[in-house]
Parts: sequence; C-alpha cells; structure tokens
Amino acid sequence: MASTAASAAHTRRDFLYVATGSVAAVGAAFTAWPLIYQMNPDASTIAAGAPVEVDLTPVAEGQVIKVFWRGKPIFVNHRTPKEIKEAEDVNLASLPDPQPDSARVKKGHANFQVLIGICTHLGCIPIAHSGPYNGYFCPCHGSVYDTSGRIRSGPAPSNLALPPYEFISDTRIRIG
Amino acid sequence: MSGHSTYQPQNAFMKWLEARLPIAGLVHSSFIAYPTPRNLNYWWTFGGILSFMLAAQIVTGIVLVMHYTPHETMAFNSVEHIMRDVNYGWLLRYLHSNGASMFFIAVYIHMFRGMYYGSYKAPREVLWILGVIIYLLMMATGFLGYTLPWGQMSFWGATVITNFFSAIPLVGETITTWLWGGYAVGNPTLQRFFSLHYLLPFVIAGVVVLHVWALHVVGQNNPAGIEPKGDKDTVPFTPYATIKDGFAMVCFILFFAYFVFYIPNYLGHADNYIPANPAVTPAHIVPEWYYLPFYAILRAIPNKLLGVIALFASIGILVFLPWLDSSKVRSARYRPLFRQFFWIFVAVCLGLGYLGAKPAEGGYVIASQILTFYYFAHFLIILPLLSRFEKTKPLPNSISESVLKQGVPIGASAPAPTRH
Repeated sequence: MASTAASAAHTRRDFLYVATGSVAAVGAAFTAWPLIYQMNPDASTIAAGAPVEVDLTPVAEGQVIKVFWRGKPIFVNHRTPKEIKEAEDVNLASLPDPQPDSARVKKGHANFQVLIGICTHLGCIPIAHSGPYNGYFCPCHGSVYDTSGRIRSGPAPSNLALPPYEFISDTRIRIG
Repeated sequence: MSGHSTYQPQNAFMKWLEARLPIAGLVHSSFIAYPTPRNLNYWWTFGGILSFMLAAQIVTGIVLVMHYTPHETMAFNSVEHIMRDVNYGWLLRYLHSNGASMFFIAVYIHMFRGMYYGSYKAPREVLWILGVIIYLLMMATGFLGYTLPWGQMSFWGATVITNFFSAIPLVGETITTWLWGGYAVGNPTLQRFFSLHYLLPFVIAGVVVLHVWALHVVGQNNPAGIEPKGDKDTVPFTPYATIKDGFAMVCFILFFAYFVFYIPNYLGHADNYIPANPAVTPAHIVPEWYYLPFYAILRAIPNKLLGVIALFASIGILVFLPWLDSSKVRSARYRPLFRQFFWIFVAVCLGLGYLGAKPAEGGYVIASQILTFYYFAHFLIILPLLSRFEKTKPLPNSISESVLKQGVPIGASAPAPTRH
C-alpha cells in the first residue's frame, strides 16, 4: 500500500468505509427485528384475549370465584359488609402501596371486588380468605394482602392489579 | 510447557492427512502427550466427568425428543408415554432427569476444587470465567428442561423464574410478555423453551471447547499451586490422566446408576406428576436442589427488585473472583487462614441450600439473611483482606519436591524403605 503521511488524516475513503459499515449495521438490525419480534403474542393469542363477560348472580356473599381472562386468573370477590368495612377503615399511611378501597372498586359496587389473582411478587396465585387480614395470602413467598387486595406484608412490591372491567348491568361485568 | 513427545505420523495415509488437516497431531498433543502435573489428585478428575455428563445428557436428550411432544395439551402425557410405552423409555428419562442432578454435583465439586486450589488465579482468569459462563448456561438449560414435562412444578417454576424479569422497572411487563409469547405462561412459552433447551447444550459444548483450549494454553493448576518447572514435574496425559480420569468416571457412574435404578425420583418433586394447572399454585414451590442456595438468597431480601439483583449478583460475583482474591499463593495448602474460611464458605453454601428448601417464614428468613450476608462478605470483605494480611506458608521449590519430600527426581534411586 502506498502509505504516506496523508493516509493518517481522514480521507474520503475512510468516510466510505464508515458509511458502508453503518448501512450494514442498520440492515442487520432490521433483519434481526422479525426474529426478535416473533416472540411477542401472536394473532391467535391476542384474539383469545378478547373481553369475557361474567354473570355475578350465582356468586353468593362471602364467595370468591375465579375466572380466566388472557390466561390470567381473575378473582371476583362478593365481599361481606364486614370485609368492606375492614377495607375502608384502614389507615392509608400504614400501607406500603397506599390506595383507598374506593379506588379499587367500581362506584356503587363496593360489594364486588374484581382483581387479577396474580401475586405481584413472582406470579403465584394467592389463596383467598386467608392470611392475617383474611384477604389473600401467597404461599410461594409469603406475601399478605387485605380484603381490598392491597399488599400489607411480604416481598410483593405492590397491590394486586385490577383488570380493566365494567358493569354492563347490576349483575354482569365485562372484563377486558 | 514442554511436551514429552511430538506426534510423528506412522503410515502414509496419516502423513498425507497430517499435511492437510493436522487433527491427529492435535489429539495427540492434547490428550496423549499433553503434560499434566504429576501431583494431581482425584479432585482433578471432575473435568473429565463433566465432559462425560454433557455427552450423556445430549445423547439421552436427543433420544427423548423422538418421543416427546412440546404442546401444552400433550407434553405431560407424552412424558408418561415415554415412561410406560416407549422401549426403555423409563430408563432414558431417568438417566436424563437424574443426569442433570449428577451434572450439577460434578460441577459444584469442580468449582469448589478450583476455589480451594486457587485455580482461578493468573494466568487462568479467562479459563475460570469461561467456566462461570458454562455454569450459567447449565443453569438456564436445567431450568428450561424442567419446564418441559409440564407438570405443576414445571409450570409454576417457569412462572416464578420468568417473573424475575418483571422486577425490571418500566419495561418489566413488556419483557415478560415477550418471553411468554402471551399474557401468562402457556403453550408459546413451552414451545420456545423446548427449542432453547435443545439449543443450549450445543452452546455449552462450544464454550467447553474454549474452556479446554484455554486450559491447554495455560496448563493445569495442581494441588501445590506452583507451575511445573520441567519434565520431572509432569507426566504425560496418556496413560496417567486417562486411566485416573477413567477410574473416577466409573466410580461416578456407579453413584449415578444408584440414583437411576434405586431412587430415581428422590431428587424430584411429587407435585410434578400432577399436570400443569394455571388455576392452582402448589402450596410449597421449591426449585430443583441445585438452585436452592440462590433461591434462599432471593427470598432473604424482602424487596422484589433487590432480591432478584442479589440472586444474579451471587452468581455474577464469581466472574470477579480472580481479582477479589489477589494473594500470590494459589493453593489453600499454603494458606492456613484461607483454608478455614474456604470450609466456612462451603458450609454457608450448603446452609443456604438447606434454607432454600424451607418455607420462607420466621427463623428461616433471618438465617437466610445472615448467610446471604456472609456469602457476599466472603467475596467482598474476607478474600480481599486475606490476600493482604494472611501470612502464608513457604511454597515448595517444585512439584516433584512437594511430592517426594526430598525432591528426588524421577529415575534417581529412592532411599531404601525402612522397616518399623
């Protein structure tokens, strides 16, 4: 190679090398994208995740039913007046993830609480009507939730999540 | 290191091949003439045992795939089909499931041996780090494989482990959805786990090649922890190491066979013979025994994100071991204090393993927290301090001196045995 002092400076050829390499890198990234993105939920999984309707008439007071939406267990808890009162009377400042009970139910439907029944720690399903607050207790790593599904003790970082849902009549909800 | 001999092709074909692809010479210099320190003890046979276990897992795994169906509605039944209908299916599955445990027993002995004799120290840092990478890949492969029978422990183990990633701020949920291919662990998850479980052993095999390559560049460490100085400190790999490795391997296979034929489910969990049920979590979720110490560390920390970070840090810290322990003396034989702390560390790891199998409540959590603290303190406080302040014993002048006491070279007449 005819190397002289001039080759130490940036030349037009250097620019072409860098530009060529950059185009190749961008091309490789675009090629990799389908290979990565294919792992996201496919069309059939998304379609199967459509809203589900639940009839609340058969759920007796004090009963918790479990329905599935998007492969997740959804707890529908027909709470007793005592449970509602316990959930409302809590001092919010004492909660790790403060949230009033009224923000966790639909207005006028405080007797029905709808939760995603997945522990916010590592995804186990808590057991209803158990633990020190008679709410939910996760057997995997010992997280304790109250009757509003709020985290009270244990490793879980936040309250049990609420699914998107609405009352389409007084006895029927649509989840999703 | 100097070799004992160099390869000379004997016949015309081998001469022809050697000039084109010197593979016979490579094998000869790596596994026949390769000089090994003459003082290697049986703890050095686990490298060979691990190679055997990797091959055994690949062979039994390939055969099992001929009968297994990776689908959420069929996986559990196809495993039962292997157990009941497939010719020798029970044997192949028990070999594979217990083989995973044997693989981990061997790797833990191999790793503790490396720690005791300072095998991670210069110039073997890269060799050690490649080993840590292999160990990480083994953990991933074991986890993916445990998911495949799609029993209760498979399903909930997969749920808990993938939820580690939900601890990542902001993008956690996006990442878990991407990993699952759905909104919860389900069929897409099972299918991709199967694909990766088939792939990773071959990745491990590739890194093993690098590991052995690095080993053959720097040479083996040895119980004295000093470099061989010449031919009198080494013996050729064949027959010395091959026979010794072979004998140890046969003993290990006997141990393996005892599990396979007499207590094949001892290391498993009864819950995994219940088909996966997304509606019910088993009352007591426990990972396989080889993850228990890390599981105890995860549960010791009452914060989700920090718990997951501690779990990964407890493995990641091994990468930095060559620099955390800067003592020039390698072997614990000549490090009286290090030797004691080493055994305390082994006891702490076993203690964490015990606690990982216990429910996360009361005294068990407090004990896990103490041992977790000690685990990290061993690496971050004890080792750096020891390497600065420990008074080590004098090293022998050579390996042959350490073996023969008076340093009589091979071939020289040994002192006549005296009768007592």
